[in-house]
Amino acid sequence: MTAIRKVVLDVLKPHKPNALDFSIAIASLAPDYQVTTTVTEVDKITESTIVIIEGEAIQFEEIKSNIEQMGASIHSIDEVVVHGERQQTEAKQ
Amino acid sequence: MIGMLTGFYSAGIEDPSFALSGCLGAAIALFMSGVSSAYLSEKAEREKELQELENALVKSLRQSDYGQASILIPCLVALVNGFSPFLLSLIITSPLVCAKVGVIPSATAIPLSIGVGCICLFTLGVYLGKISQKSLLWAGIRTLMISFGTIATIVFFSYTFSP
Repeated sequence: MTAIRKVVLDVLKPHKPNALDFSIAIASLAPDYQVTTTVTEVDKITESTIVIIEGEAIQFEEIKSNIEQMGASIHSIDEVVVHGERQQTEAKQ
Repeated sequence: MIGMLTGFYSAGIEDPSFALSGCLGAAIALFMSGVSSAYLSEKAEREKELQELENALVKSLRQSDYGQASILIPCLVALVNGFSPFLLSLIITSPLVCAKVGVIPSATAIPLSIGVGCICLFTLGVYLGKISQKSLLWAGIRTLMISFGTIATIVFFSYTFSP
């Protein structure tokens, strides 16, 4: 069983919710999520962001659904860190 | 409401039922007009905003919070825009209801309703003064002058053109 530990997403979002509320909404999906949002470009209606989500076992589909519910769009998955079963066992040892 | 009631009073109407029917009809018309105009204009604005956002994001937002807000918010705005003048009209015509059930004399109902309307306008002026952080009393007096001007104009024309 693999576990997603980190994803870096290129997200295009409207101005509302702002980056703080946006990050809080994603982080509230699980107690161990750590969310870093960096706004890279801003125009009249939207802003481009890089969203880094870290946790013990990230549920990507849930995060994707939550992002889309807020009116944002995931343009690409730029980076992922996935731990396999062996790595998890070694980490626990 | 103040205009209608002043017109009834100038015409010598003392029957509260007659005035009440007219005022309730106007109140319902105000409600329908408020709801429909606010809904249509708010809906058009929200749709335009949603369309612009969808074009920028290159995806449909119908299932998102934005899409749901574009449906819900025009309804809420329309209801507030409709019920506000309707409820105020009911307050202004409450002396007519009291006269109809016999709580107050019929002859005093219409002047009392006009008085209630003036008080409502004064209160509205005070509230506007509070929002704009100006003198509350002066703001209230200014809106009261509007009602007095309306009453004076109606009385002038009704006595000038009455047979």
